[in-house]
Amino acid sequence: MRFTHLIFLLNFLMIISCKEEPYNLTRIEGKRIEINDSISPKQDIETFIEPYKNHIEKDLDSVIAYAMDTYTKSNGELNTAIGNFMVDVVYEQANPIFNSRAGKDIDMVLLNHGGIRSIIPKGNLRIRNVFELMPFENKIVVVALKGKQIDSMITYLSKAKRAHPFSKLKLTLDKNFEPISASIKGKTIDVNKTYYVATSDYLYNNGDNMRFFRPNDSLYDLNYKIRNALIDYLKKVDTINPVIDDRFIQIKK
Amino acid sequence: MKRRDFIQQATAGAALATLGGYGLQSFSAVRKKKITILHTNDVHSHITPFGPEDGRNANKGGVARRAALIDTIRKENPNSLLLDAGDIFQGTPYFNYYGGELEFKLMSKLKYDAATIGNHDFDNGINGLFTQLPHAEFDFLSANYDFSNTVMDTHTKPYKVFIKEGIKIGVFGLGIELKGLVDPMMFKETKYLDPIEITQDMTRILKTEEQCDLIICLSHLGYHYKNTPDKVSDLSLAAATSDIDLIIGGHTHTFLPKPTIVKNKDGHNMLVNQVGCYGIYLGQIDFYFDTNNNKSANGTSIIV
Repeated sequence: MRFTHLIFLLNFLMIISCKEEPYNLTRIEGKRIEINDSISPKQDIETFIEPYKNHIEKDLDSVIAYAMDTYTKSNGELNTAIGNFMVDVVYEQANPIFNSRAGKDIDMVLLNHGGIRSIIPKGNLRIRNVFELMPFENKIVVVALKGKQIDSMITYLSKAKRAHPFSKLKLTLDKNFEPISASIKGKTIDVNKTYYVATSDYLYNNGDNMRFFRPNDSLYDLNYKIRNALIDYLKKVDTINPVIDDRFIQIKK
Repeated sequence: MKRRDFIQQATAGAALATLGGYGLQSFSAVRKKKITILHTNDVHSHITPFGPEDGRNANKGGVARRAALIDTIRKENPNSLLLDAGDIFQGTPYFNYYGGELEFKLMSKLKYDAATIGNHDFDNGINGLFTQLPHAEFDFLSANYDFSNTVMDTHTKPYKVFIKEGIKIGVFGLGIELKGLVDPMMFKETKYLDPIEITQDMTRILKTEEQCDLIICLSHLGYHYKNTPDKVSDLSLAAATSDIDLIIGGHTHTFLPKPTIVKNKDGHNMLVNQVGCYGIYLGQIDFYFDTNNNKSANGTSIIV
């Protein structure tokens, strides 16, 4: 009891004498430390990650379809088998969703050539291949565009001279890359008609300088990732055999 | 406040008393304290290190290595805080498969003290973020997102005060405007409030009411926007406000080789830091305090 009193007294004296001695910030030092292979990993963290990693690896390695050939984005001039595959799958997977929500059909699909991030190799197709082909989280959106805006799109595609993949649109250019004919689902484009164009949210937001998506009549977000559309499609089919066709060609004579 | 001071002083006194005469003699000497702030941002679900084949970041990053590094630093200075400036989610299949569960569990194992919310943390919708909260044993700090009409209501705090060896550290969080960046279907009724106005409230509360010795802003606003200088960023926020000692930033994936020294509204130097992305770097800022009044009269020296 008396000892406690002593401590209390000491404290009391100190408080009086310490009061004028606050801590002041005198120095700041800042740096960054690179995390690289010179640091050995903490074992229990690694052990904790392992089952998650193993599950993902196993799933990414699971075979979901078979590719009849190897398809690359450089194989083809204005349209490629791999690009045609992607847009045709987007149409097939997204149209029923759009139809059930909006009561209309998608008229065409447009993606971009730069968005094809990998090849489809011949043989067993694994989920990993789809993650490599489409590593981004882009979602499918449907934009309601007037025929006039479709004209801007055609001008863009003609000037780009690239195999930007599209589905349901057919475009033929002359030797100077000027459009000769264009049709959607086999019909000539009507400037007054509204077309429902499926694309990615990335392109809708001016990705690849595609400025023709604005202004528009309306936007439908299907909340469906392009990658998931590809995976869902591949799980549904046994084999894929996409081809280069005449949807986007140049008459060179 | 005064009572807390008393308790701390009493504890110190008790320790000194056991030392007898020495304690009282050494009392007049300069006493020092060091607070270490460790930080990451935009880790984007990078759990395992980049492989040896990676073009840009070969063999870099990795949560298990970060854990080992943090352990070493904490052993050296237990008065450390570990903070993250948002965009924890999205970027590897770990997020696609587990929705952020593993990211939060690992951050809890690494004993993160707090994080703020980045735009990509809404990638599975606000419900997707909410669903993963039980896996996070750390606080989410967000002062300028009003979540009151959403499932996140009451699950974030505007700020938190940490006390390390008697030093009070106030940390508050700021998020970027979601409109135009995140689909409204994802963030639902989250309201974005002006970061500069909110910061003025926060610094007043932390400095005047909470009497903090250090004020840290965890920001996902982005470092600086060259082409749109009017857009609020860490650099513009720093210059427009008072009393922040350190802004830990994110969003723009800016790899700062060293923290940037910025003059605040009152002309005082403060720091803005950001360590790029993907857990390739850990930021470390050490704040040294002492009781030497002469020294403090010369101001604070910043060594970066």
